[in-house]
Amino acid sequence: MYKITRKRELVENIFLMDIEARRVAKSALPGQFVIIKVDEWGERVPLTICDYDREEGTVTIVFQTLGASTKKLAALSEGDEIRDFVGPLGNPSEVVTDEKEHLLKKKIVFVAGGVGTAPVYPQVKMLKEKGIDVDVIIGTRSEKTLIMEEEFRKVAKNLYVCTDDGSYGFHGLVTDKLKELMEVDKKEYDLCIAIGPMIMMKFVSQLTKSYGLETIVSLNPIMVDGTGMCGACRVTVGDEVKFACVDGPEFNAHLINFDEAMRRQSMYKTAEGKKNIIMEQKSVHEHSDLCDLGEILHEEK
Amino acid sequence: MKKNRVPVREQKPEERVRNFKEVSYGYNLEEALLEADRCIQCRNPRCVGACPVAINIPKFILELRNGDIKGARDTIGEASNLPAVCGRVCPQEEQCEGSCIVGIKGEPVNIGKLERFVADWAMENRYRNTEKLPGNGRKVAVVGSGPAGLTCAGDLAKLGYDVTIFEALHEPGGVLVYGIPEFRLPKESVVREEISLLKDLGVKIETNVIVGRTVTIDSLIEEEDFEGIFIGSGAGLPMFMGIKGENANGVMSANEYLTRANLMKAFRSDYDTPISHGRKVAVVGAGNVAMDAARTAVRLGAESRIIYRRSEKEIPARAEEVHHAIEEGVIMNLLTNPVEILVDEKGFVKGMICVKMELGEPDESGRRRPVEIAGSEFVIDCDSVIMSLGTSPNPLIASTTKGIDTNRRGCIIINEENGETTLPGVFAGGDAVTGSATVILAMSAGKKAASGIHAYLEEKHS
Repeated sequence: MYKITRKRELVENIFLMDIEARRVAKSALPGQFVIIKVDEWGERVPLTICDYDREEGTVTIVFQTLGASTKKLAALSEGDEIRDFVGPLGNPSEVVTDEKEHLLKKKIVFVAGGVGTAPVYPQVKMLKEKGIDVDVIIGTRSEKTLIMEEEFRKVAKNLYVCTDDGSYGFHGLVTDKLKELMEVDKKEYDLCIAIGPMIMMKFVSQLTKSYGLETIVSLNPIMVDGTGMCGACRVTVGDEVKFACVDGPEFNAHLINFDEAMRRQSMYKTAEGKKNIIMEQKSVHEHSDLCDLGEILHEEK
Repeated sequence: MKKNRVPVREQKPEERVRNFKEVSYGYNLEEALLEADRCIQCRNPRCVGACPVAINIPKFILELRNGDIKGARDTIGEASNLPAVCGRVCPQEEQCEGSCIVGIKGEPVNIGKLERFVADWAMENRYRNTEKLPGNGRKVAVVGSGPAGLTCAGDLAKLGYDVTIFEALHEPGGVLVYGIPEFRLPKESVVREEISLLKDLGVKIETNVIVGRTVTIDSLIEEEDFEGIFIGSGAGLPMFMGIKGENANGVMSANEYLTRANLMKAFRSDYDTPISHGRKVAVVGAGNVAMDAARTAVRLGAESRIIYRRSEKEIPARAEEVHHAIEEGVIMNLLTNPVEILVDEKGFVKGMICVKMELGEPDESGRRRPVEIAGSEFVIDCDSVIMSLGTSPNPLIASTTKGIDTNRRGCIIINEENGETTLPGVFAGGDAVTGSATVILAMSAGKKAASGIHAYLEEKHS
C-alpha cells in the first residue's frame, strides 16, 4: 500500500498528489512514468512522474479526472492509501541523460499542453540546475485551467502562456505561438520537446517538421502492464513497431504515425461507456460474480 | 486390476461456456481412493523418472491409499512446491502418466488428478507443513514470482535462507495469474493459496518492483546485501507477425487479452479494466496460450476460431485443451495462414485475408514445413484478432546488468549443471533461459538453481 502524503486541486479537475513510494522515488528520473492501481478492482493507469523527493521517499503525480479510474483516485484524501504504485517505467528523458556540454550547445523549446504541463516541469528544473536555459510554451483553455505557472517562472528563461479564449497571455494555440517566436522573433531553436494531448503533439510535430526542427514527444497510449509484456501500447515509429512503455515513452515526433496512435488511443471509448452502463446497472439488479459481461453480451444477441 | 481410470467429473460444455469456473471438478475422496488402487507400486517406477521434479509418486499414492493424506502431501512437498497447480496444468501425458506401466495395456494411473486431490485436500483442511532448517542469515533475492521463482524460493527457504521475491506486477504468480485462465486454474482458491504456503515458510514477496528499473541486480547485491540471486523473469515479450493491418484496433497479443481477462478480471463487472468483446474472434496460433485465448473469447460471448498454419498432428497445445476447446464450440481453421488484416474506415478490424497451406518437406525441427497454396486467398469474417505466436524473454534485466550474457534470441546463458549465469552468484532458470516452455520445466529449473545457489554459498562461506 502506498500513502498519499499531499493532495491539492490545482485547478478544477486537475489534481496533484505526493505518494509515498520509497523505491520509486529513489530511482525515478524525469521523463519516466508510473502505473497506479487504486484498489483491488482498479485498472492499471499510467501517469507521468512530475517530481520526486528522494529524501522524503515521495513521488509527485498530476492528473486530470477523465474516466472512472482518475475519478476514483481524485476521491481519495491525504492519508489514504492506494493499492499499487509501480515504477519508474520507460526510459528517462534524453535531455536529462544527455551530456551537459552537448546540451549547452542546443537552444531548446518545450511545448506543454494541459495536464502535460506538469511532467515538463522536472525536466526544465533539472536543466536549470545544470545551468541550461530553455524557453517554455504552455497551452491551456483559459486562465482558470492554467497550472504551475509560478513554478515555471522560476526555472524557464522565457515563459509563454497561451490560452484558447485569450483570457490570459497569448490568445491562440501553442503552434501559433511557436510559429510567431520563430518567424517574428527570429528565434532559432535546435530542439523542441512537446508533451500534451496527442492532437497537440501531432500539430506541433507537423509545424516543426516544416521548419526541420528536431522534435521529441512523450506518447501516452493505452497501457496494461507497462513492462513490455503485452504490446497494448504499440506505435509505429518510422518503419518499426515500438512498445511505448519500454522503447519510449519519448520518440522522434517526425517519425510517428499520429493518426494510428490517436485511433488506438480511442479503442476502448465504447468499452468504457459499456463498463459505466454495467456499473450503473449493477446497483439496480442482482448479479452473479462471474461472467457478468459475458452474460450481458449473450442477452444482447 | 481395472483397465480404465476412474473418470473425472467435469462441467458440461454448454454450461461452462457461460462461466469462468473451473472445468474439471477433480476427484472426491472415494474416487481418489479407487484410482489410487490402480497403481501397481512398481519396484522401479518409471513415472518418477519422467516427472521433471521427481516426485516419489508410488509412495504418495500408497500413503493416500492407506488413508494418510497428510503423509501423501508431505511426500509430494519434498519435491514440489506447487502441487495444486501442477496437478492441473502439467502435460502429464508426456511426463509421469506417459511412462506409467499400467498405461501399456490400459489407461495410465491418473497421477495428475491424484496429486491435485491431495494438494486440494490439504488446502481445504488447512494442513500446512512448514518444516525447514534453522535460518542461516543469508539473503537470497528471487526475480520474478512465476513457477521458476516460486519453486526456487520455496526450496531455499526450506534450506534456511532469508528469501525475498521481487515481482513487477501487482500480484505474484507470473503466468499462473496473468496467463492461464481461471477455468483451468482458479486464482483465489488455488494459486493464491498455494503461494501463501511459501509465505508460511518465511518467503517475503515484494510486488510492484521491476528489476532493471525500480532496483537493479547490482543494487540488490551492493546496497541490499543479497548474496545470491535467481532470475526467473520468464519470457513475456509477445511476437507479432508484421503483416499489414496488425496495428488496427481489435488486434492484440494473447498476453494482452489474457492479462486483461485473468489478472485484471475484466470479465467481471465489479472490476474496472475493459476487454475487447468482439463478436467474431480469430486467434492466430495453436499453442496452449492460443487455446486459452480462444476459450476465453467463447466465454465472453464471441464466435471463436483458431487459425493455424499446420495440420492437427502438429498442434502444440495439449490434447485435452484442444478437445475442450472443440467441445466448447471453438472453430478450427487448420492449414490456414493470415496474410493481411482488413481495417474499416474507423480503424477497427473488419476481417482477415488468409491463404490455405499444404505441408511440404520436414524442416530443422522435424515438422513438415507449411507451404502456401498459390491463389488460395480467402477472407475470414472477424472483428478481433488475437496473436498467439509465442513470446521471447524481456531484455530489461540483461540490458541493465553488466556481465550477464544472452544468446541471440535474448535468452540468458547458464551453466546447465547448476543454473549459474556468466555473472558469479547470479543464477537463472525457466523461460528466461529457454524461451517459452512449460510450468513444470520452469519448476525443475528453479529447483536446480536452488541447489546451485546453496552449493555456491556453502562454498563461499567455507
